[in-house]
Amino acid sequence: MFSRWSAAIAAAIFLSSSALQGAGAADKPTDPQIAHIAYTAGVIDINAAKQAQKKAKSKDVKAFAEDMLRDHEAVNKQALALVKKLNVTPEDNDTSKALSRQASEKLVELGKLNGAAFEKAYVANEVAYHKAVNSALEAQLIPSANNAELKSLLQTGLKIFQGHQQHAEHVAAGLK
Amino acid sequence: MRLGRLFSISIALVVAAMAVPARAATIEITMENLVISPAEISAKVGDTINWINKDVFAHTATAKNGDFDVTLPPKTSATSILKRAGTIDYYCRYHPNMKATLKVEH
Ligand SMILES: [Cu+2]
Repeated sequence: MFSRWSAAIAAAIFLSSSALQGAGAADKPTDPQIAHIAYTAGVIDINAAKQAQKKAKSKDVKAFAEDMLRDHEAVNKQALALVKKLNVTPEDNDTSKALSRQASEKLVELGKLNGAAFEKAYVANEVAYHKAVNSALEAQLIPSANNAELKSLLQTGLKIFQGHQQHAEHVAAGLK
Repeated sequence: MRLGRLFSISIALVVAAMAVPARAATIEITMENLVISPAEISAKVGDTINWINKDVFAHTATAKNGDFDVTLPPKTSATSILKRAGTIDYYCRYHPNMKATLKVEH
């Protein structure tokens, strides 16, 4: 069973940010859960980038995928160092599970496409995915975080994701 | 390539020395936590910009008018010499939400 926030975050990340509007602060995710969600969100984009590196032909799309891989690995490395320092064990939860499941479905879906069709779909999904993660970070994850260092890492993550969203939009515009 | 670069730097320095009697300055611009600071700064033709990336992420300083495009791997710095006057808007190609302005005067 999904708790209210995990359903809200998962829906926000994969459907639309408006799904977050109705979510109350009643049962907020805990720091170990937030850490797990943030890490999972990074892993998802790393896996998408690895798929794109194999399938994409366009120089811009390949370079974009490489940028995603490099940045998300750097963020996740910081996240791992922080949870170690804080002695926190990231805790798997319904949001992380929903994110991973939906991301595997997306990988299968994109895996069936090739060439320009794949590139277009990958970049469009990158725009949508980063936009949705940004909404979840702003509306749920950052306000819910208790630990100041975790909050600050999430804020850096938000700026990175906002940058990636704009970068993806530029790449998408170039593919037309 | 390296010699060519040195040569063009020395030309730029000589030109700068002739045009501007005062000694060229070095101006530091820092990128930290995906923020460029100072976001706006004035400099003179012939001055050197010392770009400092304090992040664990790679950034670029890319001028919209093509005057410079510097790639800064994590925790590195690099320099550019300002060759002509103008207001230069620049950004990071990897994170286009990182934006700043450089005002280069004679
Ligand atoms: Cu950047």
